[in-house]
Amino acid sequence: MILQTLAFYLFAFVLLASAVMVISARNPVHSVLFLILAFFNAAGLFVLIGAEFLAMILVVVYVGAVAVLFLFVVMMLDINLTELRQGFLQYLPIGAMIGLVLLIELILVVGAWQLDPQLTSLAQTPIPDLTVRSNTGAIGDVVYTKYAFLFQGAGLILLIAMIGAIVLTLRHRDIRRQRIGDQIKRRPEDVIDVRKIRQGEGV
Amino acid sequence: MEIGVAHYLTVAAILFTLGILGIFLNRKNVIIILMSVELMLLAVNINMVAFSVELGDLVGQIFAMLILTVAAAEAAIGLAILVVYFRNRGSIAVEDINMMKG
Amino acid sequence: MTYVAAFAVFLPLVGAIIAGFFGRRLGPQIAPITTCILLVATAILAWATALHVIDTGNVIHITLFTWIDSGAFEVDWAIYIDQVTAVMLIVVTTVSSVVHVYSLGYMEHDPHRPRFFAYLSLFTFAMLMLVTADNFVQMFFGWEGVGVCSYLLIGFWYKRPTANAAAIKAFIVNRVGDFGFALGIMGVFLVFSSVSFETVFAALPEKAGTTMTFLSWEFSTMTVLCLLLFVGAMGKSAQMPLHTWLPDAMEGPTPVSALIHAATMVTAGVFMVVRLSPMFETSPTALIVVTVVGATTCIFAATVGIAQNDIKRVIAYSTCSQLGYMFFACGIGAYPVALFHLATHACFKALLFLGSGAVIHGMHDEQDMRRMGGLWRKLPKTYAFMWIGSLALAGVPLFAGYYSKDLIIESAWVTNTLAGQYAFWMGAGAAFLTALYSWRLILMTFHGKPRMTKEAFDKVHDAPKVMWMPLIVLAIGAIGAGYSFTGGKMVYHGGETFFERSVAFTPVAPGEDFLKQAHDEMAESDHAVEATESDGHADDGHVEAGGVENVFDIIDKAHLETPLWVKAMILLFVASGIGTAYLCYIFKPHLPGLIASQFRPVYKFLLNKWYFDELFDRIFVFPAMRLGMGLWKAGDQDTIDGLGPDGVAAATMNISRRVKVLQSGYVYHYAFAMLIGLVVVASWFLFRAWG
Repeated sequence: MILQTLAFYLFAFVLLASAVMVISARNPVHSVLFLILAFFNAAGLFVLIGAEFLAMILVVVYVGAVAVLFLFVVMMLDINLTELRQGFLQYLPIGAMIGLVLLIELILVVGAWQLDPQLTSLAQTPIPDLTVRSNTGAIGDVVYTKYAFLFQGAGLILLIAMIGAIVLTLRHRDIRRQRIGDQIKRRPEDVIDVRKIRQGEGV
Repeated sequence: MEIGVAHYLTVAAILFTLGILGIFLNRKNVIIILMSVELMLLAVNINMVAFSVELGDLVGQIFAMLILTVAAAEAAIGLAILVVYFRNRGSIAVEDINMMKG
Repeated sequence: MTYVAAFAVFLPLVGAIIAGFFGRRLGPQIAPITTCILLVATAILAWATALHVIDTGNVIHITLFTWIDSGAFEVDWAIYIDQVTAVMLIVVTTVSSVVHVYSLGYMEHDPHRPRFFAYLSLFTFAMLMLVTADNFVQMFFGWEGVGVCSYLLIGFWYKRPTANAAAIKAFIVNRVGDFGFALGIMGVFLVFSSVSFETVFAALPEKAGTTMTFLSWEFSTMTVLCLLLFVGAMGKSAQMPLHTWLPDAMEGPTPVSALIHAATMVTAGVFMVVRLSPMFETSPTALIVVTVVGATTCIFAATVGIAQNDIKRVIAYSTCSQLGYMFFACGIGAYPVALFHLATHACFKALLFLGSGAVIHGMHDEQDMRRMGGLWRKLPKTYAFMWIGSLALAGVPLFAGYYSKDLIIESAWVTNTLAGQYAFWMGAGAAFLTALYSWRLILMTFHGKPRMTKEAFDKVHDAPKVMWMPLIVLAIGAIGAGYSFTGGKMVYHGGETFFERSVAFTPVAPGEDFLKQAHDEMAESDHAVEATESDGHADDGHVEAGGVENVFDIIDKAHLETPLWVKAMILLFVASGIGTAYLCYIFKPHLPGLIASQFRPVYKFLLNKWYFDELFDRIFVFPAMRLGMGLWKAGDQDTIDGLGPDGVAAATMNISRRVKVLQSGYVYHYAFAMLIGLVVVASWFLFRAWG
């Protein structure tokens, strides 16, 4: 028990700390790296709570793909190491206040409500006990059957995103390519012209 | 202390707020905005999973997975737009992105 | 006869329309000549009509058509010519035609001649409408008409700012009077339920003693009405304190001054009082007011006249003073004498004005007497006319003015009221001053050493024929009119028949036999066909039974019973006035300057017209202007415009300037806004659930 509590607080604290660093780091590469750290810690939280499949997915997709993508772009673009601009401090008080208010409200809501104990019986897709089926297996059971359309839809979204990204960023450059078909089709008569030249004369 | 769903929700709330702050407090560049969006989505994911475990319903986790998918897609497109914008403008400083012409 | 009368009244209107609308097309010569011809024709027709009425004693009453018919309020357009009107017809048309012909010469070089003649004819038409009215409203129409024409003519040279100011001043001061007049008419309608003279006069006996309540005070009805109507007369005839416009009105061309401000428009007030004499007779208080105002104006204007330096202003104040005479004559009940004096005055005053016009014309528009002098050799004809006019004005025996003016003063003597005695002394004093300023004018202008440059003196030329020929008509009137009527036409015993029913008398009219006797008398004497002058006072013959003395008895008494010393005293005043003028301006020319410097405050007081203009400025003009400015700046601009269009516009711009800051173009600003909105909504729901 104590280990769980400790682990939770550790993960939570590092998560929040790295989130703060994401938005306030000077070097954007550092920002991305802190984002990666945040993701890892979130994954840790997920494992703690019992959703290990999602945790792994988080690591693989978010960290492995999305954060790496961020890193690519950050390093590709010519981003200056900018100073903390004056505006940040100007807006900080009011922004922080608003954020604080929002946070307090969220926490109030969270702390105040009570869930009906009977709600668990209304679950659409009840989580099977861990001894019966692992989390991954349980998700797999459901995703391909009951939520297959959603699954396919998600795939479609990814496809479109991929196409969209390519369309947006592709620049047509004049690249010399080989067109084999044309090469083979060429006949010597079209290209070579034979001339008889007498000795001593020019062309 | 027993870690209940409320703790996770609180963490998610704080993370969400941080993400929001990141959107409009940053003056540096646009990538921070995109990363803040990712933070917010992460916070939502944590919420989803916490409730899923609390209510014993797997739907939450399924939904979290889908959110993940969409977040990835959106990050990709967002970055693509950023790249094109950078090509045209030569800068991604937030203060330079205020031309409202179509 | 009716057609003749109608033509007489409407021909000037035709002339005005032709000259006004087609003048420019007809050319600079045709329009003026057309109006002159039409007006001379009018004069002939008017004389015919007037003599017919006087001879036969038949009153001409033609109703033209109905103007207003609204419940009890009925007003017709009509031509009503009785003896009073007949006299006025003769006066108005003769002076008007003389002025028209004179203007052909005087306005020769003016580029706007058609407009001038159109206005003159229009004025004549309005005046004729006034005198031939048979109800208050038509008289008011004529009243206003002459006021408008006076404004147009005073401001004829509209490019001069002083002329414009003078025209406005005349119109506005007149307006004050007209306001009183209008209130009087409304009062008459209120009391009598009719505005027609016949109806009102018939109903007078029953209303004579009544009272009316106004704001919980009781007033005598007839006094109120008469005073209100008299205010109108004060404005139109330039009595104190509504006299301030008359001297300024000299900004207009001289023929205008002669016609309007000597003979016709200013006498409309006197005419009105004479016409409404039955009403005035029922209110002794009103009569006292009239007498006092008239007498005071008489002396006031005379005192100012002796200190003025502009030739036309002297004559203007003289007019004001003589009108005072006429009014106090009305006030003491001697209406026929007032009308008599009106007629003689028209002659010699118009003569004086036109003569001074000739002087000004000859001096090439120089009006200041201090720069004249020694002109009698250069302007002989004008000199002669001015002498004739002045002799008539001063009241030298054998000239017209003597008969009418002295009769007025004597009538005042026999009136035993306080007002009458006051009027007598004022009148006598004014006689002295009248002679003084008249001869001052002549001596300064025509005698002595020339006070102008040699070149200017050489250029002086006398008036052309077209200008001095018409003056002969006036001169005949100035000399002859009075004398020929002492035989009894207007004023003495023949007067009753002459004035049958047109003018009221105090007390009662003579009986039938008296009337017949007078009629016979009149048949014998000849009607003098004098020029414009008062040919007949229209006395109205109230034919009421009773042997109490009528006004003609009074007048007779006045003429016959005044002690000799009174008559001699008046003549002495006149003579001493002339003598003083000679002393001051010929024999000892340094004397005026000495007196002026010794009595500097008095001199300044007189020169500045008793500071009336300054007084009115301070009491009325400045407060009104300040009020207007205040209302405009603070009320209209700041409040109404500020809250209204300007304010709304400025607020819109202000607000939008602030709101546009929100559209910064930065996405994070928009995100921030969304966040704030979100927080607000969330808080609201939260607190709602909580509470």
